[in-house]
Amino acid sequence: MTVKRASPALALYALCAYLFLHLPLLILAVFSFNQSRFTVWQGFSFNWYAAALKDSQLLESTANSLIIAVVATLISTVFGTLCAYGLWKRNSRPLATSLYLNLVTPEIVTGISLLAFYQWIFRFLRVQLGMHTVILAHVAFSIAYVVIVVMARLRTVDARLEEAALDLGANEWQAFRFVTLPAILPGVIAAALLAFTVSFDDYVITSLVAGVNSETLPMVIYAIARRGVNPVVNAISALIFVGFGCLILISQRLQST
Amino acid sequence: MERVLELRGVSKHYPSHHAVNGVSLNLARGEFFSLLGPSGCGKTTTLRMIAGFEQPTAGQILLNGADITYRKPYERNVSTVFQNYALFPHLSVQQNVEFGLRRRPGNHYAQRAMEALDLVQLAGKQTRRPSEISGGERQRVALARSLVLAPDVLLLDEPLSALDPNLRKQVRAELKAIQRRVGITFLFVTHDQEEALSLSDRLGVMSAGELQQVGTPEEIYLRPRTRFVAGFLGGVNWIDGVGVRPEATRIAKEPPGERPARPATVVQSTFLGNCIHVEARLPNEQPVLAEVSRLGEGFRAGDPVYVWWEPADELVFQ
Amino acid sequence: MNRLRAWFLAPTWTVMAALFLAPLAIILSYSFLTRGAYGGLSSPWTPDSYQRLVDPIYLGILGRSFWIAGVSTVICLLLGFPLALFISRSGARKNLYLSLVILPFWTSFLIRTYAWMFLLRDTGLVNTFLQKIGVIHSPLSLLYNDGAVILGLVYGYLPFMVLPLYATLERLDQNLLEAAADLGAKPWVALTRVILPLCEPGIRAGTILVFIPCLGAYLTPDLLGGGKSVMIGNLIQNQFTTARDWPFGSAVSLTLMAIVMLLLMSLARRDAEDLL
Repeated sequence: MTVKRASPALALYALCAYLFLHLPLLILAVFSFNQSRFTVWQGFSFNWYAAALKDSQLLESTANSLIIAVVATLISTVFGTLCAYGLWKRNSRPLATSLYLNLVTPEIVTGISLLAFYQWIFRFLRVQLGMHTVILAHVAFSIAYVVIVVMARLRTVDARLEEAALDLGANEWQAFRFVTLPAILPGVIAAALLAFTVSFDDYVITSLVAGVNSETLPMVIYAIARRGVNPVVNAISALIFVGFGCLILISQRLQST
Repeated sequence: MERVLELRGVSKHYPSHHAVNGVSLNLARGEFFSLLGPSGCGKTTTLRMIAGFEQPTAGQILLNGADITYRKPYERNVSTVFQNYALFPHLSVQQNVEFGLRRRPGNHYAQRAMEALDLVQLAGKQTRRPSEISGGERQRVALARSLVLAPDVLLLDEPLSALDPNLRKQVRAELKAIQRRVGITFLFVTHDQEEALSLSDRLGVMSAGELQQVGTPEEIYLRPRTRFVAGFLGGVNWIDGVGVRPEATRIAKEPPGERPARPATVVQSTFLGNCIHVEARLPNEQPVLAEVSRLGEGFRAGDPVYVWWEPADELVFQ
Repeated sequence: MNRLRAWFLAPTWTVMAALFLAPLAIILSYSFLTRGAYGGLSSPWTPDSYQRLVDPIYLGILGRSFWIAGVSTVICLLLGFPLALFISRSGARKNLYLSLVILPFWTSFLIRTYAWMFLLRDTGLVNTFLQKIGVIHSPLSLLYNDGAVILGLVYGYLPFMVLPLYATLERLDQNLLEAAADLGAKPWVALTRVILPLCEPGIRAGTILVFIPCLGAYLTPDLLGGGKSVMIGNLIQNQFTTARDWPFGSAVSLTLMAIVMLLLMSLARRDAEDLL
């Protein structure tokens, strides 16, 4: 049974489509090396990268983004993996529906609802918006992604394996720890990488629930972009593109093992 | 004979149907017992209830006299060889075999695992992963993994069905030899009557959730208690309310003389290699199948023949 | 097993209840309150906020949001289907081509939106290039209009259309195509009469995955549309920040949620929930 080959016309179209997808980012990256800040090429230079790496606001916000992403990823990966396992054993319609709803709810709505929620809570606790509110918000929207990725992996696991473990004397927790968890570990790591990128990149929700002292990198980029084009953003973009790209490639590799 | 496993009126009733209905049986220590039946007859469900993966809706299961009906799988000293072997893919062969051992206090895990692998003749492959060995070898690992725990009963769920047909006979013989050597009680579930007959000390035939008959292979084959059992274990010619097996049905061009014989006409003669199947038709249109040696006379369509049998070969039902 | 499973589900349940469902409940209640004198909330419970939505201005925003989301989805479908077809016919290099589609998607939505700002603005690359080769003499205002927003959305969500289409094409039984050819169907006929109809699940899934986020888009219309291309997302954000009219903002949010759920119920098949 041979698969039909793509015709030359189709291949040409695909080439154009790929150019459409990748050129804007490549151009952005190329111009990050541009000497001048205008869109006329005036020589190769690293000065925008240097400027980016020296900007204290950028550095501080990147640090914030990293801390938030790491903590939120850790929590959401653990919670999400356990949840996916529980749902795999036996589905819970209410929980599955909530997670699904969470995924399809527009970010702006989750953002403002969290803001309203926090403000309401702050009437009772003497707390303010800050890193912790952002982290909690990120956990809230990352869990669903983790559940999806881990669930996909769990579907490839033979349900009889846990039965075999129980049959051989392991209790339920041991069966999970020694049989199922090792089998899904690549999926769990892939989910963690996904959660990390989703958290690091978030602007909409973060901008609403971050306090004054917990600016994240996307917030800074947004502010700069709003004021107009700045090659420093090009430089940051290139760095992020490379960084995220690596993470996603690793995640893809893991999901196919 | 010591009863190692006892089922008393075990049932599994679902709202829509009865998967298992009032099954009672006893297994003697060291015996090779088969549960035989078509798919959907409830034999696998019965096995799973003994293993602890399903709970009976009625009845009791006793192991060495103790009631294990509601105990968890890991609290029962029975072990299962699954149909698709269920080997842990992320562990090596040796680690698979050691798995159950490690859940118990003790030591010398590696040594005991290697002894089990020796028993199933897989000594050189203990570091391989399940994906790196053949189907037959995987089955042996599954066997070793369960045997190493010295269970009171070893449950086998159609373990030969996933193997190549030409491999099955050989593995069958090995399985029987191993069982004789270790002396552990085997409960073997299958839909293949040849397997059940050749392997078992005793077997039970199930249909639609009920146990129709329990006995030795000879008893079940030669003295089936119901029409279903008769038909499932082999072919049957039904002539005037009496059942006769094809291999016991005599056919010849001349009447035998000392026996009353029925006239018939040959419809077709099929050469099967080691024997010949002659299909004939009685005057009342009833079909008869006789299995004859290829060394005897040949038959052609249209030949007039005579059909008879020995009274001792008649199948009588209660 | 049930005890262990309950423990496994509990943390996620807590997060969902406290940080997703409770906040939604709160804005549901806010949507029935009144705006306070200095922003914030005040007592009379009233459905006024919902009634305000019927105002032509807001209906216009709603209409534009549907329009933009709809056009974006259709373009994604037209652009995405041939691409998915190509990948499914690439033999050994399928995974490579698939990765090339996924890669840009996961690298910062913000940056990809910014890339179009860089290209389309008055002193951006496109205008500079066109002026240089003499096609135009003064910059085209490519940015800050509906078209730019659509472009940004298509760019952002194209992979969401390609992936489900590809998944469906992958699972297509090649025997069906051989049977079609055997029965005399030319390639184009086979495409329109056999492949396309069989891709309906993929088209359905892709449409949901593109249309709904586009409907609720905020960042793209904000950066690429300026103030000129206001969608529901921008309206909501505005009410919660500048206008400080939380009841109205809540009402708009819940209306958007209701629209989303209606769309899902009508478009999605029941087994769409085995996403999870």
